[in-house]
Amino acid sequence: MLFGYQWDLSSPLAFAVSILPILLTGMVVTIQATVLGFLVALVLGLVWAVLKAAPSRFISWPAKVVTEFIRDTPLLVQLFFLYYVLPEYGIVLPAFMTGALALGIQYSAYTSEVYRAGLEAVGTDQREAARALNLSSARTFTHIVVPQAAPRIVPAMGNYLVSIMKDVPVLSVVTVLEMLNVAKIVGDRTFDYLVPLSMVGALYLIMTLVASTGVRLLDTWLPKQGIPLK
Amino acid sequence: MTDPIIKFDNVVKRFGELTVLDKLNFEVNRGEKVSIIGPSGSGKSTVLRILMTLESINGGVVTVAGEPLWHERGPDGSLVPASEAHLRKMRAQLGMVFQQFNLFPHMTVLRNITEAPTKVLGLSKKDAKDRAEELLELVGLADQAQKYPHQLSGGQQQRVGIARALAMRPNVLLFDEPTSALDPELVGEVLNVIGKLAEEHDLTILLVTHEMRFAREISDRVCFFDQGRIREEGAPEDLFTDPNEERTREFLKAVLS
Repeated sequence: MLFGYQWDLSSPLAFAVSILPILLTGMVVTIQATVLGFLVALVLGLVWAVLKAAPSRFISWPAKVVTEFIRDTPLLVQLFFLYYVLPEYGIVLPAFMTGALALGIQYSAYTSEVYRAGLEAVGTDQREAARALNLSSARTFTHIVVPQAAPRIVPAMGNYLVSIMKDVPVLSVVTVLEMLNVAKIVGDRTFDYLVPLSMVGALYLIMTLVASTGVRLLDTWLPKQGIPLK
Repeated sequence: MTDPIIKFDNVVKRFGELTVLDKLNFEVNRGEKVSIIGPSGSGKSTVLRILMTLESINGGVVTVAGEPLWHERGPDGSLVPASEAHLRKMRAQLGMVFQQFNLFPHMTVLRNITEAPTKVLGLSKKDAKDRAEELLELVGLADQAQKYPHQLSGGQQQRVGIARALAMRPNVLLFDEPTSALDPELVGEVLNVIGKLAEEHDLTILLVTHEMRFAREISDRVCFFDQGRIREEGAPEDLFTDPNEERTREFLKAVLS
């Protein structure tokens, strides 16, 4: 029994059906960690991108070093660091928060590059036209640059969303009860790993298919909003 | 009747080692139509880009309507480099039509024209739309307001570019090789519009072009630029038919043959 659900070992099918609610409980945690991690990656990535594009080398250089460091060290090491080292300095976060934060930080290094490439792809001719028309720099950014950068940024971000989702099982090592961890516990208790692990695979496939379909729909919807994909 | 709206006083512009404008002195009077011709790299476009504040200067003073463009008066009356606020104020007098049109591809033709009047001049949506429709009529594109730039031909796009610049009601309109990026058969429609503007409006026009015949037709004065200076200037009939300078003659011979 787990989370109040009893499993039925009479046949593989009955077993699968009986543990589905248990796995779905884990899946909710997986989705929560994905969404939270993704949001952190989106916001922090934009911060990195802006810092890296700063005119002063004293700002852009440290930002480049930090993102390079994040990118070149394994997620698991960063996760252990946050989970075991931060409490020594008095910062104690729940396992789930630590995990989502680690995912977000890791992926912010990647998303910052997506932002940078997308923003750079909007030519100087557009900025010059905006300047000649006396549009403010804020207005130029939000209404000239961003709408043209977005169609380049959105598909790449969608890919990272799927990647983050697939990295969530790493959080199981710091006791987060996401889907894989739940399946492993079921296997430990019933000595049947085949069914729960197969189901995790299948559920993951469904989730990633849904996510990438969503991204593809967004890709076709955006140009219809007057933002042409080049 | 000299009432210069634009004045370059010993203006120097360098790109690294390269001196593009070499102590340039140049004036344009209010309402005057001036064409700038010359070989590539002679600093023609740079003059326009400096006026549009897209390019700063390394020396000298540029004045627009009597006020320094790239400088402002400090507390003791001396000239100090201009702040962004000063540039914004000065920029309002100028409009620019780009070689590559530089329309906003994600906005309709109408939005391209109304964006700045509503956000910068504070016009109401309706007023901006009325003004845009008037201008589209002027450039012969009244029926294209709802299209996106990529649905138009190059010539039509450039005419939208002209309407967009006019919508800000500038005193001076700068044309930076407006027909150089166009297929030959589309050049005429754009030149017609510029010609109409030159005739009907008291707008000051500064035109950088390779269209010699057109420059001759619409200009009050033609300036031949060479190596960052004005080598020769004069009324179009004089400059085109009987240039004084050997260098001007060479250039005209090369482009007109």
